[in-house]
Amino acid sequence: MAAPTAPGIDVEAARSALAGACDEVTRAGETDAVDGVTPALVARPGSAEEVATVLRVAAEQGLAVVARGAGTKLTWGRPPERADLVVDVSGLSGVIDHAAGDLIVEVHAGTPLAEVQRTVAGAGQRLLIDDPVGGSTVGGALATNLSGPGRVAGGTARDLLIGVTLVRADGVVAKAGGRVVKNVAGYDLGKLVIGSFGTLGVVTRAVFRLHPLPPARRVVRVPVRSAEDADRLTQAVVHAQVVPAAVELDWPAEGPGELAVLLEGTDRGVEARAATTMGLLGGGAAADEEPPETWGRFPWAGGAERPLAVKATFALSGLPAVLRAARASGPGVALRGSTGAGVLYGTLPAGTPVEVAAAAVERLRAACTAAGGALVVLDGPPATTAALDTWGPVPALALMRRVKQQFDPDRRLAPGRFVGGI
Amino acid sequence: MSATHGTESTAGPVLGPVSPEETAATGAGGPDPAAMAAVSAAARAALPADAVVDDHIRLRTYECDGLAHYRVTPALVVLPETTEQLAAVVRACAEHGVPFVARGSGTGLSGGALPRADGVLVVTARMRSVRAIRRADQRAVVDPGVINLALTRATTPDGYYYAPDPSSQQVCSIGGNLAENSGGAHCLKYGFTTNHVTGATLVSPQGDVVPLGGLAPDAPGYDLLGAVVGSEGTLGVATEVTVRLTRLPEDVRTLLAGFPSTDEAGAATSAIISSGVLPAAIEMMDALAIEAAEAATHCGYPAGAGAVLVIELDGPTAEVEHELAEAERYCREHGAFEFRVATDPDERALIWKGRKSAFAAVGRISPDYIVQDGVIPRTALPEVLRAIADLSSSSGVRVANVFHAGDGNLHPLVLFDDAVEGAGAAAEEVSGAILDLCISHGGSITGEHGVGIDKAAYMPKMFSDEDLDTMQLVRCAFDPAGVANPGKIFPTPRLCGEVPGKRSGPHPLVEAGLAEAF
Repeated sequence: MAAPTAPGIDVEAARSALAGACDEVTRAGETDAVDGVTPALVARPGSAEEVATVLRVAAEQGLAVVARGAGTKLTWGRPPERADLVVDVSGLSGVIDHAAGDLIVEVHAGTPLAEVQRTVAGAGQRLLIDDPVGGSTVGGALATNLSGPGRVAGGTARDLLIGVTLVRADGVVAKAGGRVVKNVAGYDLGKLVIGSFGTLGVVTRAVFRLHPLPPARRVVRVPVRSAEDADRLTQAVVHAQVVPAAVELDWPAEGPGELAVLLEGTDRGVEARAATTMGLLGGGAAADEEPPETWGRFPWAGGAERPLAVKATFALSGLPAVLRAARASGPGVALRGSTGAGVLYGTLPAGTPVEVAAAAVERLRAACTAAGGALVVLDGPPATTAALDTWGPVPALALMRRVKQQFDPDRRLAPGRFVGGI
Repeated sequence: MSATHGTESTAGPVLGPVSPEETAATGAGGPDPAAMAAVSAAARAALPADAVVDDHIRLRTYECDGLAHYRVTPALVVLPETTEQLAAVVRACAEHGVPFVARGSGTGLSGGALPRADGVLVVTARMRSVRAIRRADQRAVVDPGVINLALTRATTPDGYYYAPDPSSQQVCSIGGNLAENSGGAHCLKYGFTTNHVTGATLVSPQGDVVPLGGLAPDAPGYDLLGAVVGSEGTLGVATEVTVRLTRLPEDVRTLLAGFPSTDEAGAATSAIISSGVLPAAIEMMDALAIEAAEAATHCGYPAGAGAVLVIELDGPTAEVEHELAEAERYCREHGAFEFRVATDPDERALIWKGRKSAFAAVGRISPDYIVQDGVIPRTALPEVLRAIADLSSSSGVRVANVFHAGDGNLHPLVLFDDAVEGAGAAAEEVSGAILDLCISHGGSITGEHGVGIDKAAYMPKMFSDEDLDTMQLVRCAFDPAGVANPGKIFPTPRLCGEVPGKRSGPHPLVEAGLAEAF
């Protein structure tokens, strides 16, 4: 797609104005495209202050801005209506402070999650945000509300982010929360930013609560032959007192699936809990020290260049209906994810015709909606996603638009990428 | 500062130079008679006759929440039974520019539910139905007036409970918990209200009924629910609340360790948590708090202890046994001279009795006291406790410390006798200095009691103008007319530009000198 730079924007003027704000400003290339939309310029600020200046200049120049971390999920959500400037925050990288005794870590937003994990692991700790994509930065993980198997025990970013600094569309820097786990002073802006696809501001800094790395773990796996089995076994585990760290189902497009229950704790503790879990899962269950290879990877990993990728959420009791809907007609939607939390990710084979994909998505969405959840199309071949309703029904959309209107009245932050065209 | 008099149910002293009811933040000018008459008429049309209160004597029974030192008589009290009734009142308020304040059980300790003299108090006490217990989904759907402990009692037969357990859980409501993002002793392991609320029906400040979140996680769109939880009633009123239920643990062990001083107890706390053990709760009491608890409840805490830790471990038996051994080891390594493990529910209850009655027990050793609520990084505990001791000895104001040591949430009780000239002011000063200590150590001015009307003036010490201005963008999105609990949280309200609906001339907040037009 050609660069849809808005009329009235003078790219050269913008470039020279930005060059005064930030050392690294370049013309964008094809590889800088945001879901097919090629921006005019890329700025790579070296500090949070530079991010603020860049956004202030972008405001003056009327530039539409898309923030980018490692760029691993830029095709998620809708393509932006326009993207004049990509603000690459990968230059804001590094752990600012790991206060091991307080189990918190403060990081620059461009820091890869893997680097955060390496740093805190040195003190026997971890940040309980999984990186199923691989290579994600903290900022990207927050913007897309990334999560994986560990969410059963640790929750998601909203349960772990205790402080955030963001730069608003007008370049104003604001923070909320702080550096202590328990804190109810002021509004929790972090919650709004998580999963907002960069439409409210650019996060520059984040403070997270950490958890200790468990000394031991076991995975109990059992084949699952039917949707009813998956439901019965998941219910057996979640209502037991074994405190699973993860309850994951791999549910391929056809044939038997597998349920895997992760137990984390002390050597003796996990051994006893694994034994109990084996009893709950019945014949065919086996315990391992390590999870299966597919663990924590999205079901579309390693597939076509842009396979269809959906996220299905549901109340736990809706599991069998969701699994049945996935296989209601060929080709089936392959699902994988946390039946313990009510979140499954799905994909269809490459080359699935648009109408077939649309019908499959709608069927799955109906099952999720009926179970109090939702279905979101994260990614996919542009021809397919263009024909799909990305977000599905969003009940509080009017209020969300008003939030957007307050934070970004000119609609310059990732316009069109989010729900309802926000 | 949260001041109570003996017990939380008794009338309190009036502290500070200015009675809060005389400030514009509480609507001192009184109601606009025409607007209030219109709201009152709308309320009477929508609610049963006995659910609209305008009799002055009855209105006065609502003049304060758990922070009894602030008192303001509301112009009108309504007790809706349904979301529709509640929304009708809020809609009328929005239409006529009348402020409203939501109130659950009125146990808050920061004056968050302090009424407005020019407004309506919306009391959710008649919305008390547990609508659904969905065991298979690990969720319950409840009305806002449902009592916290009642929810746990309703779900225990299914093997579940509601994890957030503020100390007022026998009387506080889920709606109030949601507004304040309430914590409790066990939030060290299980988190706060915000981690346990997955959905709510919000009556917006314009009277719209908006569903937020639901039974499933990760609803598409902005996490408005995350913003609403803990917003102290300034973004609307939550009605039907969907909460996460937590499986009862297989095993619970409660232990009590006596230490020579708070230094050792603080070091033991840090050592336990650094080791990877995550107890459900670690509570600390210092010598003065122990003395008070002992006098009140004869809880049998170790004689001569300068500090005690109450530690609770829960989870699968095999893990709890290990954690118990670790906790004991770290306590002894850090100088614990006595270590008791409760072996049955009665012994557990006795250990908790001393801790849970501590606030009220302080009333036995001091006629008046202020309950402070501040947070510091856990590792700063010994240093900050020493600084509090120094503050106490240099000012001559006694301070008893009872707090959630595991997450660094301090509840210093600043003791004074209001009958003594200047004692109240001296106590206020010490209490404020403790908050300054929290801020200078990178902590927070409130861990669970909220900002309310009490600490709005402290917000600029923790947040810049830009921070507060940005938070108020959210406020402007939800409540452009500024009718939902105005005067709380933010020291300087932000005006939101165009206000839908009618209003001409200067904004009343500008006229009152309370706000500047941004």
